[in-house]
Amino acid sequence: MKHDDIIALAHLARININSDMVDDVTDNINNILSLVDQLQQADTDGVEPMSHPLDASQRLRADEVTEKDQRDSLQSVSPAVESGLFLVPQVIE
Amino acid sequence: MEWETVIGLEVHVQLATQTKIFSGASTRYGAEPNTQACAIDLAMPGTLPVANEEAFRLATMFGLAINADIGKRSVFERKNYFYPDLPKGYQTTQLDEPIVGAGSVDITLDDGSTKSIRIHHAHLEEDAGKSLHEGDFEQGMSGIDLNRAGTPLIEIVSEPDMSNAAEAVAFAKKLHSLVTALGICDGEMSQGSMRFDVNISVRLKGEEKLGTRTETKNLNSFKFMEEAIAMEVERQIDVLEDGGTITQETRLYNGDTKTARAMRSKEEANDYRYFPCPDLLPVIIDDEYIDQIRQQLPELPAARCQRFVEEYSLSEYDANILSDNTHTANFFEETVAITKDAKLSANWIMGELSARLNADEIAISDCPINPTQLANLIERIKDNSISNKIAKQVFDSLWKGEGESADAIIEAKGLKQVSDTGALEGMVDEVISNSGAQVDNYRKADPDKRPKMLGYFVGQVMKASKGQANPKMINEILLKKLNELL
Repeated sequence: MKHDDIIALAHLARININSDMVDDVTDNINNILSLVDQLQQADTDGVEPMSHPLDASQRLRADEVTEKDQRDSLQSVSPAVESGLFLVPQVIE
Repeated sequence: MEWETVIGLEVHVQLATQTKIFSGASTRYGAEPNTQACAIDLAMPGTLPVANEEAFRLATMFGLAINADIGKRSVFERKNYFYPDLPKGYQTTQLDEPIVGAGSVDITLDDGSTKSIRIHHAHLEEDAGKSLHEGDFEQGMSGIDLNRAGTPLIEIVSEPDMSNAAEAVAFAKKLHSLVTALGICDGEMSQGSMRFDVNISVRLKGEEKLGTRTETKNLNSFKFMEEAIAMEVERQIDVLEDGGTITQETRLYNGDTKTARAMRSKEEANDYRYFPCPDLLPVIIDDEYIDQIRQQLPELPAARCQRFVEEYSLSEYDANILSDNTHTANFFEETVAITKDAKLSANWIMGELSARLNADEIAISDCPINPTQLANLIERIKDNSISNKIAKQVFDSLWKGEGESADAIIEAKGLKQVSDTGALEGMVDEVISNSGAQVDNYRKADPDKRPKMLGYFVGQVMKASKGQANPKMINEILLKKLNELL
């Protein structure tokens, strides 16, 4: 990982890293990645990838409406609301 | 230089469930903003998703209908990106282990031949909310409605098997007809129930390597899709012929202004950092579950078309048009059940009814005339109560809601065909005595030419009867009377 990779990754994750910290973060991440490299030396042939630690499957629910309209209470924590809409700084692509 | 176009489609289909894929909030269209967005849809801290069984059932139905392998184990992943209409900061979707594997769909081309379009896979995912940029909001603000957030979708990903806009549109229409026949989607494109992303590239004819592709996103009508493809193909060829290169990018097509533009830069767009969603365990379904769904599959358009040919002796062409849309097919069968006349019913539905629906831009599911009413009208044609011409007038009145039934309109407006011999003879006599010259010509004419000349007299009688005379009877009476004068 180079400086530029860390800056790009931080942007994607919307994490603000001060320019004087980029060196440290890069070193830290590279240390972690070398640990991952070490792990990857383990022979995993024939081992099924594990996406979850639990040996169980997802329970499914019936398709029935169980949620009532709680807009007023849910929007009470929102900084800006208008005509039932949440207001956010404009993002247009 | 001769160019070749390569097109692949990604189709988002909203599943017709009552509730969201991961919450018990309603998915009903058109509700007040954010009244159907619960704490889970809003990504409130501490909430966890609970998967909706119906979404899996509907996705499985689609998989079986395209002869795909069903993923007995399907895994959800997080696709990470920041956008205000995605409160969690990731979309829960599937990547390596989707619910529907590879399958195929046959399309019919203009020349009548068929082509098989391969489906790479179809996966389950959640829809995002809606951003509203136009409104009387505070300066620099957008409104967010999260009612749609969490609505279950299947994203159907095709192989790049289409080579022009017509094939892409035929494929899109076929999928529309399939998902509505299955009842897994309401098919309302204007409400966003089906949205198409089109991947387009061009290459020199004979070249094996694919050209760089662009993706035109979120097309929600067949017409826009056709226009957008034509425009993009032309743009790419222009760029390449001028010695330029195609940039891999996402584009937006505006159907109102007929313009397209690049959307977001590629380097940011494609770094979604997928990983398995820790909040959702793998979903396991078994053969018994799949078989049960297989047995409940409704008759699909292709099978229905075949049946229409066999059961109603319709032409392949007519059967295809009538079976393509489930609502049209149902309308037809309900009409025939009453009239017992498949050909006449088919003609009315494909002719007058379709023309009127198109002109008024109404879907057949919202047709102001129901099958019982149309059948009643057709029966009155069959029993000679009204002529075809008057029938169109009655149809128009039915359409405008001027009466409950064809019978009621015929009665109220006095449109019943005149089949009373005495009255018709009177009209014929009148016409003959007022048409001395034509009668003279008729008498002098070669007998072979006389049948053609009869048309004039028929027309005059029809006019005198305001279109209500029984044409078959007029013909007979006219012939008899004119021959008496020979």
